[in-house]
Amino acid sequence: MGKTLAEIILGRKSGADATAGDIVVAQVDLVFVQDGTGPLAVRQLEASGFNEVASPSRTALFLDHAAPSPARELSNDHMLLRAFARSTGARLFDVGEGVCHQLVAEELASPGEVILGADSHTTTAGGLGAFATGMGSTDIAMAMALGKTWLRVPESFRIAVEGQFARGIFAKDLILHLIGLIGADGATYKALEFVGGTVDNMTIAERLTIANMAIEAGGKAGLFASDETTRNYLAEHGREDRYLPLRADADAIYERTIEIDAASLEPTVSMPHTVDNTALAQHLKGTIVQQSFIGTCTNGRLDDLRVAATILKGRRRHPGTRLIVAPASTSVLKAAIDAGHIQTLIEAGAVIDPPGCAACVGIHQGVLGDGENCISTANRNFHGRMGNPNSCIYLASPATAAASAIAGEITDPREFL
Amino acid sequence: MILRGRAFKVGDNISTDHIIPGKWFHLRSNLPELAKHCLEDIAPDFVSKVREGDLLVAGKNFGLGSSREHAPLVIKMAGIKAILAESTARIFFRNAINLGLPVLICDTTQVDDGNELEIDLTASRIKDVTNGNHLTFGRIPEVMLDILDEGGLVPYIQKHGDFKL
Repeated sequence: MGKTLAEIILGRKSGADATAGDIVVAQVDLVFVQDGTGPLAVRQLEASGFNEVASPSRTALFLDHAAPSPARELSNDHMLLRAFARSTGARLFDVGEGVCHQLVAEELASPGEVILGADSHTTTAGGLGAFATGMGSTDIAMAMALGKTWLRVPESFRIAVEGQFARGIFAKDLILHLIGLIGADGATYKALEFVGGTVDNMTIAERLTIANMAIEAGGKAGLFASDETTRNYLAEHGREDRYLPLRADADAIYERTIEIDAASLEPTVSMPHTVDNTALAQHLKGTIVQQSFIGTCTNGRLDDLRVAATILKGRRRHPGTRLIVAPASTSVLKAAIDAGHIQTLIEAGAVIDPPGCAACVGIHQGVLGDGENCISTANRNFHGRMGNPNSCIYLASPATAAASAIAGEITDPREFL
Repeated sequence: MILRGRAFKVGDNISTDHIIPGKWFHLRSNLPELAKHCLEDIAPDFVSKVREGDLLVAGKNFGLGSSREHAPLVIKMAGIKAILAESTARIFFRNAINLGLPVLICDTTQVDDGNELEIDLTASRIKDVTNGNHLTFGRIPEVMLDILDEGGLVPYIQKHGDFKL
């Protein structure tokens, strides 16, 4: 009987005939925390009597959520994590290096791996064919100590995408459309496996954007087959030797198949306060936005900044709309400088935040005021998410966020293309 | 194992940003202070009203969003002995069990705020003492029952040294 990609990877890593519904103990190839979840993981590790980690070179700590730190309590948490890195030999990615999920993709993840992160958007690495999932601090602490974890092998949804995106339509519109279709709990405990001609032609950046948001439908993982595009990405990042071609069997058993015609998609927006509350950008004209935020682990990559810069070139942000741009990593920032995108964005009136989570998590670098609206390229628009329960977040592609910054209201980006 | 307690009712789609708003991110290493803000944007009276032994009764997709384990942790610190919900997010469910806090998936629509409930964890039965209804809840995987029995994942690993399936 054929296997899904989730079953194939968990079978390889557990030594069991992993079939959906089984509970297995799997070897963990990479385990990481960020500054919001790491201190509790360190304390739980110590409470359990461990003072070392199973694989220091495959244990990573990221200071990205509060970076640079806006409060002394968080500065102290950063100190705790730096000290833990020194004492265990775990890899530390300090303030300003970037968002954990982007750095995991650039430097650490490879196809066929099991990756656990104390951050819900760990699913991002599924774009490289890794079974990557988020867990809480205690699970992560035990995975750090033992180098393994227990997992229920998830049933998979097959998301089959065919057709070409029209001009002005991007991977972000596809994933927002899908979540609107199945709901914020439509895939709870399931793996989403993306296949089809559109997916085969996607860049790794696009795959990472989609895998990143699998959790927003409740998914345990968002998975892509590894192919020549994956091999090329790994080669560009100095680890072609880690390439492993993996693809679900043709006769794999899926709980559900959802077919999407990419050519029929239009610029899509998630309205407050849930990601599945979707509408077309053109129907939200007239919704004033006081802030446009372009960045995050969802859409802070070079391609995203290029799209935004293309739309904003020779234009200015609306005087009533702040434009905040946060590259997802140092290497994204440097490449965007080299390509002239940062110059273009600054000339359009953008504030450039340091690489990191920036305004997404509501603690610094773009907290909203009472009654304000933000159009954001992030992945989550929950009530209070950006630091103020009396504000609203609309999620969209970098193109829609850039167009809305110019117009001062939510705008279909095709008006500026 | 029998749990008895009073229902504190909340609605659907309560996210971890509701349970612990991101603006209190800097208090995550100061749990007693963090706990004062539990659910403050959606149920401002939660912290003042909840009593030791109460049961948190929620609707659909409880605990969606971030992986922050501080969310079930502050609920437990408030004195809640179990969470009942129509459905929960995956990471939240696992986090709560890891802290020794049972999460029971059942039809909560008939349970009103303040009702007295009696939960038989072994028999998977809940009796609503106030309205006389009986509810059943979904099976918890064996490995999770073992973790709950030990009081959470830390004591479980301290005892077994490994995962025992």
